Amino acid sequence: MSNTKETLVNPIFENNPIALQILGICSALAVTSSLSVTMVMCLSVIVVTGFSNFFVSLIRNYIPSNIRIIAQMVIIASLVIVVDQVLKAVAYEISKQLSVFVGLIITNCIVMGRAEAFAMKNPPIPSFIDGVGNGLGYSIVLIVVAFFRELFGAGKLFGMDVLPLATEGGWYIPNGLMLLPPSAFFLIGFFIWALRAWKTAQVEEEEFKITANTSPVQEGA
Amino acid sequence: MEELLSLFVRAIFIDNMALSFFLGMCTFLAISKKVQAALGLGIAVIVVLMITVPVNNLIYNYLLADGALAWAGFPEVDLSFLGLLSYIGVIAAIVQIMEMFLDKYVPALYNALGVFLPLITVNCAIMGASLFMVERDYTFGESIVYGAGSGVGWALAITALAGIREKMKYSDVPEGLRGLGITFITVGLMSLGFMSFGGIDL
Repeated sequence: MSNTKETLVNPIFENNPIALQILGICSALAVTSSLSVTMVMCLSVIVVTGFSNFFVSLIRNYIPSNIRIIAQMVIIASLVIVVDQVLKAVAYEISKQLSVFVGLIITNCIVMGRAEAFAMKNPPIPSFIDGVGNGLGYSIVLIVVAFFRELFGAGKLFGMDVLPLATEGGWYIPNGLMLLPPSAFFLIGFFIWALRAWKTAQVEEEEFKITANTSPVQEGA
Repeated sequence: MEELLSLFVRAIFIDNMALSFFLGMCTFLAISKKVQAALGLGIAVIVVLMITVPVNNLIYNYLLADGALAWAGFPEVDLSFLGLLSYIGVIAAIVQIMEMFLDKYVPALYNALGVFLPLITVNCAIMGASLFMVERDYTFGESIVYGAGSGVGWALAITALAGIREKMKYSDVPEGLRGLGITFITVGLMSLGFMSFGGIDL
């Protein structure tokens, strides 16, 4: 039982797909300027990672190893098509805002990476849980980023006013930079910093050590 | 002609794949430690994009779009939901063919690219360009220009980042920020720089 919990919780902080494994940053950052869109994106990714891991693991003993990438790709692409169609039917407005990024879940390295690294070697149920856990680890970074971007960029959360804007008689002057692409990079950089300050084992080794200052050369000596 | 030139410049600077759409980020961050490798990967991406975007454009317009199968006698069929699956199939196939072609005829380049070639399949920039092409309804000619432009833009961004990172490894970065963290912040600053191209219109 504790094992199951570990599989689920580990990827959230200990082995976060974005902050540590450098996976799946691609498709996601552009959708973090508003919290509700981000939530939908996260949910889609969790569904896809969970089920792709599950199905890949179900057929793992029947896939010849030299065509496994294509087999995984077909499973993932089919799942993404299902998610895409469901979104278009249920939440058309949000699916318009996500535009191409739902389709890009296919090339999200988390999905592929977990299928390859975990689902090919483990039975279906743990694989499913691992997929959901990695989806959650991805979601937490996205939600944190989206929270700050929407709050400081537009003074809103989920589209509702939190900080009353100066233009509408309140006091808060929105920071437009937060809604632009660069802020997402800064926020993730800081998120990683915070995470590594907390879990110091994740700090990367320096390639070059700067030697301690030797005593300065005396002038004229 | 002017329109195509404008589209090309837009694709490189304003709609830069890596810095304003965050596409191809995984490889962008992982393979930008050395300028040499970054440049090789950039060139491979340009070539793959120049082939896949027009091919996907043909597939979409003659097989998948609503009513596209009229030439085969099925005017009411709409297969556009199969888009995602076919684009990724085309990309995977073309990368595979390119790998075999390079292996046979240009072994020097093949060895230089090494492991990056198969990685291009899962590069979001490639898939993203195809999806943007469909969403924005580019014609065949436009799709070639757009593919080339976005490839050049991506290559430019990764080479620039690799240049910065090569210098940066000698600097004293705070502990938790080392490696990935500082790279993100650098990319953010580059992205700010690229935004200054925003107003350009040819």
